[in-house]
Amino acid sequence: MGKTLAEKIWADHVVSSKEGEPDLLYIDLHLIHEVTSPQAFDGLRLAGRPVRRPDLTIATEDHNVPTLNIDKPIADPVSKLQVDTLRKNCAEFGVRIHSLGDVEQGIVHVVGPQLGITQPGMTIVCGDSHTSTHGAFGALAFGIGTSEVEHVLATQTLPLVRPKTMAINVTGKLKPGVTSKDIILAIIAKIGTGGGQGYVLEYRGEAIRALSMESRMTVCNMSIEAGARAGLIAPDEITFEYLKGKPHAPQGADWDAAVAYWKTLQSDSDAKFDKEINLNADELEPFVTWGTNPGQGLPLNAKVPNPADIADAEERGAAERALTYMGLTAGTPLKDISVDTIFLGSCTNGRIEDLRLAADILKGKKISGKVRMLVVPGSARVRLQAESEGLDKVFLDAGAEWRTAGCSMCLGMNPDQLAVGERAASTSNRNFEGRQGKGGRTHLVSPLVAAATALRGTLSSPADL
Amino acid sequence: MDKYTTHTGTVLPLRRSNVDTDQIIPAVYLKRVTKSGFEDGLFGAWRNDPEFVLNKPEFAGATVLVAGVDFGTGSSREHAVWALQNYGFKAVISSRFADIFRGNSQKAGLLTVVLPQDDVEAIWSAVEEDPKTQITVDLENKNVRYGAKTVAFVIDDYTRWRLMEGLDDIGLTMKKIDEVSAFEAKRASYKPKTLPVLS
Ligand code: SF4
Repeated sequence: MGKTLAEKIWADHVVSSKEGEPDLLYIDLHLIHEVTSPQAFDGLRLAGRPVRRPDLTIATEDHNVPTLNIDKPIADPVSKLQVDTLRKNCAEFGVRIHSLGDVEQGIVHVVGPQLGITQPGMTIVCGDSHTSTHGAFGALAFGIGTSEVEHVLATQTLPLVRPKTMAINVTGKLKPGVTSKDIILAIIAKIGTGGGQGYVLEYRGEAIRALSMESRMTVCNMSIEAGARAGLIAPDEITFEYLKGKPHAPQGADWDAAVAYWKTLQSDSDAKFDKEINLNADELEPFVTWGTNPGQGLPLNAKVPNPADIADAEERGAAERALTYMGLTAGTPLKDISVDTIFLGSCTNGRIEDLRLAADILKGKKISGKVRMLVVPGSARVRLQAESEGLDKVFLDAGAEWRTAGCSMCLGMNPDQLAVGERAASTSNRNFEGRQGKGGRTHLVSPLVAAATALRGTLSSPADL
Repeated sequence: MDKYTTHTGTVLPLRRSNVDTDQIIPAVYLKRVTKSGFEDGLFGAWRNDPEFVLNKPEFAGATVLVAGVDFGTGSSREHAVWALQNYGFKAVISSRFADIFRGNSQKAGLLTVVLPQDDVEAIWSAVEEDPKTQITVDLENKNVRYGAKTVAFVIDDYTRWRLMEGLDDIGLTMKKIDEVSAFEAKRASYKPKTLPVLS
């Protein structure tokens, strides 16, 4: 019987395998940031261990960093200590780091791909659950905890139990105004936040094949919101084209050898997935979440659901609590919901294409006087690229704020936060209670919906303009 | 890592599903560079509510958390595990855990036990009736006991052995480090390296 893509990558990385034990898997690339690494480096120091492969390790500062005045010292002393600790650890252990102000600094999942260091067939880990983003290249990429960060630093391996595989077939063609963000929000609404648990997802089908690399990253990014540690897409010409010429892409004979290998990275036609899910892209509409977990989403044309209509008691209770927290009434059309803040950014939708999509809608217009809009590029390079295209002017002229790169309001660890009761349309990936600031309310949307909502002040799609 | 064989204590009944890691420990508390002191941030947002179960005196001192389905979803922050441990929890029971949270718990020595939702409900009811109910979470015999009840649970032998011996994974992997070196020797030349810096 044939193998799935995930099984092939797994098999290529097994260092040792014994009955009754997890497989020991080799890790090709380890990404590091300031929040989940300090305790791991402490562990190494205590045990007197070096970083085994600094040449397969790279660090950047993203979660904690301010997006204003980055030429000044970080104002919050606790954040500053964490960032300084990362810098010291990297210096001590010989790890490459891209610090605030460096042209390669940015959100760890934006930086890897733009350096071309994320490539098909690799195993990639990071102490961050959205490491699944790198799966868009046909890499097996997943988030790990700090104990595992230490384990990878020390041994460049991880003991892991082989996950099951799930195929998600997306057939058909997206309508104009519908994006890959809507695909993934619809998938999560369909299978639930626990639906992918224990699986590696493989996104397949013509609607996926038609997506650009950046759009594919948006899909894979949110695999974790469906409960799956990893999600991937088989590489193809679009992948190779994206990688060609990137700083760390193979060159010359190495490029040919790499492409030959990458072309084998497909699920075999007779491979069997443990589970299959189908979705038709023809029918998709712009999607938005109404609740406090990413599975609580609906097409933008729908109404806030009535918990009383939900059969499952557990889900009904969750919906009731969500509506209370979100300050919403059952039956309200989603498009009648007014927002205070628009956040365009994050590792889900903070890349150049996302900024272009939104700028296209905002060009020559003004955002509603009732909203503030934060535009936060995913990396310093994305920011530079956007500025070279004049997108910064478009955002500023429309009345939005143009910031420097980082996670920013995606998780509100830095000063970019929602106030209590404030409501945001956000292109990020989590609408958990308080995620964007204590008491803040989050509706997850695509960059197009974010831009249209900024203009109208209520949840809107470009078709409403 | 401390060895875990069996633990007896009282229960904190958390009747909520989908308790994500942002609820267990909000991001603003993640700025520490140590593994201790996270108890202050445990359920940080919910704790402002005096009615929140963690604030109820009858449940003070509980060491076994019994929560709704899909506990620990969201981010990979191991700080969620440390916060629970720092607060004094030794075990968490739920009908389903998020993968990364469960993995992190097993590395850090916090026992996570999966029981069917009916059994979770039964524990909630028993504990709400009598908050002093003692519960035993027995890894050696793979069961949970309270009152006259004994409920078996499943855990893979390897994880159980590691937890019972208090073994740390790095030490175990170091025994296979020659195999790692042999694997590295076969690495394809086209695979990327982060050093030297190219751009
Ligand atoms: S942008 Fe948000 S989801 Fe992505 S790495 Fe940063 S905090 Fe995590």
